[in-house]
This record gives sequence, C-alpha cells and structure tokens, in this order.
Amino acid sequence: MKADRKAGRGVEHASVRVIDDYARGSGTGLAADQVWALEAHLEACRVCRDRLSAAVTTHAPAVATLVGTVWSGLEPRLAATAPVSRRRHRSVRLSSWLTPTMVPWLAMVVSVTLLALLLDLVGNGFGFGSSGSGGVSLVLLFAPVLPVLGVAASWSQGLDPAYELTASVPRAGLHLVLRRTASVLALVVPALLVAGWATGVPGVTAAQWLLPCLAFTSTTLALGGVVGVTRAAVAVVAVWAAVVVTPTLAANRATFALQTGGLPVWGLVLTLGVGVVIARRGAYSVLGAHR
Amino acid sequence: MMPAVSAADIAPTPYAWEIRATGLKVRVGRKRMAVDGLDLSLGTGVHGVLGPNGAGKTTLIRALATVLRPAEGTLELLGESVGGMGEHRALRRRIGYLPQEFGYYKRFTVREFVEYMAWLKEVPKADIPGAVQRAVERVGLADRADERMKALSGGMVRRVGIAQAIVNDPAVLLLDEPTAGLDPAQRLRFRELLQELGADTCVVVSTHLVEDVAAACTDVVLFAEGRLVFQGTPDELAAAGGPEHVGDSPLERGYSALLLTPDRTGGSW
Repeated sequence: MKADRKAGRGVEHASVRVIDDYARGSGTGLAADQVWALEAHLEACRVCRDRLSAAVTTHAPAVATLVGTVWSGLEPRLAATAPVSRRRHRSVRLSSWLTPTMVPWLAMVVSVTLLALLLDLVGNGFGFGSSGSGGVSLVLLFAPVLPVLGVAASWSQGLDPAYELTASVPRAGLHLVLRRTASVLALVVPALLVAGWATGVPGVTAAQWLLPCLAFTSTTLALGGVVGVTRAAVAVVAVWAAVVVTPTLAANRATFALQTGGLPVWGLVLTLGVGVVIARRGAYSVLGAHR
Repeated sequence: MMPAVSAADIAPTPYAWEIRATGLKVRVGRKRMAVDGLDLSLGTGVHGVLGPNGAGKTTLIRALATVLRPAEGTLELLGESVGGMGEHRALRRRIGYLPQEFGYYKRFTVREFVEYMAWLKEVPKADIPGAVQRAVERVGLADRADERMKALSGGMVRRVGIAQAIVNDPAVLLLDEPTAGLDPAQRLRFRELLQELGADTCVVVSTHLVEDVAAACTDVVLFAEGRLVFQGTPDELAAAGGPEHVGDSPLERGYSALLLTPDRTGGSW
C-alpha cells in the first residue's frame, strides 16, 4: 500500500526500456537483480503494470496470444462459479461502536426512559410522584443511572461472549472503553433530553441530571478498572438507590443531591472519575475489568 | 496477489527468543499461583504444552496473551517486557490468541466475525478484506464464509477461532485446546496447518492429547503444578519412558514416567 502511495506521488518508476526488455523476455540483457527489483516494483505499482501490459501487446505478441488463450479458457468457468450472496454485508463500522450484545440493553434503557416519561405525564394528573414544584420527576430520578447499565452491558463477561478475545486485542483498553461508553451516551442522552423536555419540570435544568449522569458513568468505569465493570455498576446503582431514590420517594421532594446546590459535588466526582480512568488505563486491557 | 517483501519482513530480529520467561509467577484468584516459578524459552516452531488438568496451562497461555499480568518474575514477548499497567498495543498486534472458551456472536457470519476481529487487532483498513479471505481459506471455510455462526458445527466454530487468531499474521500464535471438538479428519488437517504456521511463527498449543503433540509439534513442554517438568523434542519425551510405565504409546509412557513419579501422587486421577 505504501508503494502505491509513493507511486501516486510519482516518486520513481521503472524506465520504459527496462519494461520493454522485460516484456521481450530472457536473453535481452536484463540482469537478475534488475528483474527482481522490477518485479517487486510491479507488484506494488499500478502505473508500471499498465505500461507492462501495453509493452507486451506491442513487443511480444506471442505472450499476448498465450494470455488471451488462457483467459478465454477460464472465462466460462469463472462465469459458472456461484455469485456472492447479495445479503447486505454487516459493516465493521457499526460493530466497532456497539457490540451486538449491547443492543437489547440499550433498547431496555430507552424503554425505561419512555416508561418514566409516561409515569411522569400520568402522574401530573393523578398526583402520583407529582412533578409539580417541590415534587420530583421520575426521569430526573432515573436519568443518572441509566447509562451505567449500558456501560456495564458493554463490558460484562456474562453478556459479551467474546469478552476474552476482546480483552486480548490491541484495541482493548481505554480506547475501546471510551468508544463504547460514547456510543451508549450518544443513544441514552438524547432520549433523556427529549424526556426531560417533554416533562418540562419547572426549575429543573438539564445540568441537574446530566452532570450526575456523567459522574456516575465515569465512576463506574473508574471502579470497574479495580473490581470489574459489572460489579462497579451494581455498586453504583445500589448507592444511587440508597442515597437518592429512597429519601426522595419517602419525602416526595428532591434531595439535596438533585438540587442545584449539589452540582459542584457532581462536577468533582466527574473529574475524579475521569482522572482515575486515565491514570489506570492499562487495567481495561486485562481480564479483571470484565468481571 | 501476494504482497511484495517489505523491509520489515527481512529486518533482523532484535531478540533471541520469541517467548522468554524467567521465574514467572501468575496469580489466579487471591492466593493461588497457577504458574509458579517458570523458566521457559521458546523460539520459532510448534510447541506443545502438555500437562494434567489444573496444571496451569490456560493461565500460562493467558499470561502469554497479556490478558493476565505476571505477579513476579519477567516475561518477554518478541523482545518486549510484559508487565505493569501498559496496554502493549504494538506487541498485541503481533499476537494471535484462541482462548479455551471461544465466545462468538451467533448472528454474525464467519466473514463478519473475522473482519470484526481484524478491526479489533488494528489490521490496516485496506488490508482487512484480503487478510480475512486468506485466513478463512487457510482453515478451509471459504465455502461457508457467508453463513451465520449459529449454523456452524462445533468443529467449524473452532476453525473460525483459528481463522481469527491468524488473521493478523501473528509472530506469536497461542492456541488453547484448539483440537477440542474437531473430528479425526479435521484434526489431521489442523496438524498440517500447524506445521505450515510453525515454519515462521512461534506457535504455542496447549493440549492434553499426547497424539497431537507427536504429530505436529517440534517441541514439547511438560507442565505440572505451575512448573516446568520437561522441555525437549517428542523423541526425547518418548525416550524418557520404559516398558514399566503406563501408556499405550512411547509418548504416553514418557509422559507418565515424567509426571507420575512417586513424589507426585496427588490422587489417582
């Protein structure tokens, strides 16, 4: 491939004389090393191959007829081979962002969002989990932990059958972790944004759930490097349930963690999480992170 | 068309052994050392790692694949020291690995799966289709390349596993129990493939089938309780056994002579 690019820049080609001599065949005074160099060049250079084929037709009609005979003999057999199946070839591009096992999980995450949205809208009318002033929306309550589930699914030993192979490849590690996390966030965050906009809770900004959401995702990854991403996700969800969901539902109003005053804390957690992930990036390329 | 010989192909190697371990210890779980003080040097060729179940073969192969980090000692692969928290990207590009439990995506076709693995192994994008086709042809699956993995038999799935391991033309190829699930004819074909690959690659095959070793390996590594018991050619292994040892073939007698010595009575199985 390198040689092709070189040829494209027009660095060096075989001279017409050498190609003509080569086309005429043996006994034309080409030294063995010249032949070798020319053949190595021809393998990589399209321009010179074209020149050679032109030279063969003019200087060596015998060879040209021989090639023609072989070609006409082969043609019917080539036509007889089965055509490649027409089925759309799954491109590497999609699987490089999402493993196939992640798809059902992401579907679940999005449907949970929709369900929370539905309950919020219904709750407005019936006073259940009321999202009026002082109340708290379910979307807001669930938003921070939803991406965590997606991230866990992309690294779980139980959910990804090829986890050991994945851990052993050069692309494993921080690079792949970030790629898969980014794809989870790219799907979940817009769904949450739409849900947040639709519920339209007064006084709730996107930052109020987006920041905890990112903070939890980075914490999961940071912890995951130590105890395995799945365990980390379970721990993070448990902490979230104990510290935020239970008190909120009990008191039917947003706890400190979800109010604007909590934002600097979430910012700090996010920074810490990202720092740990970067510092321990080698941990994602060994089996331990897949537990 | 085969690619032209590149400068990288004919460059002298800066290392004496593809794999070199000194005092290697690898921990499994909290306490147990599955590989416990191993000294091993492996060069080009096919090396059969033999040993009873639980000897630490899989742990050793995983450490060589750099998915487990050594707890103590040094491990050098292709001249690069493995350990610490590095990602070893450049090194991993030159390693092929088939784990014992080969997991795959059922909905993928053979070609898609091998392509995906080639992408994960950072094979240059333009080379992927050609490399995939070569790998699939080498394991004899060219006619089934566009079938979904779930439609394949166990032996064929194993061969896909071998195809993904060789798709990046590795310098070190690690195969953990590759012959499990292959029928006798496939095993014969597989041994031929091993011999082909062993001409210019350091192939490490873990197995518990003595006859695989006899047929395909240039070198036997006998491994028990995390330690090296014997390293030599299959003939030397056969020579270690006498008529008084259990076994049906000279190799099996050599195997039992070396492993079932009186100080190793860890149970009759």
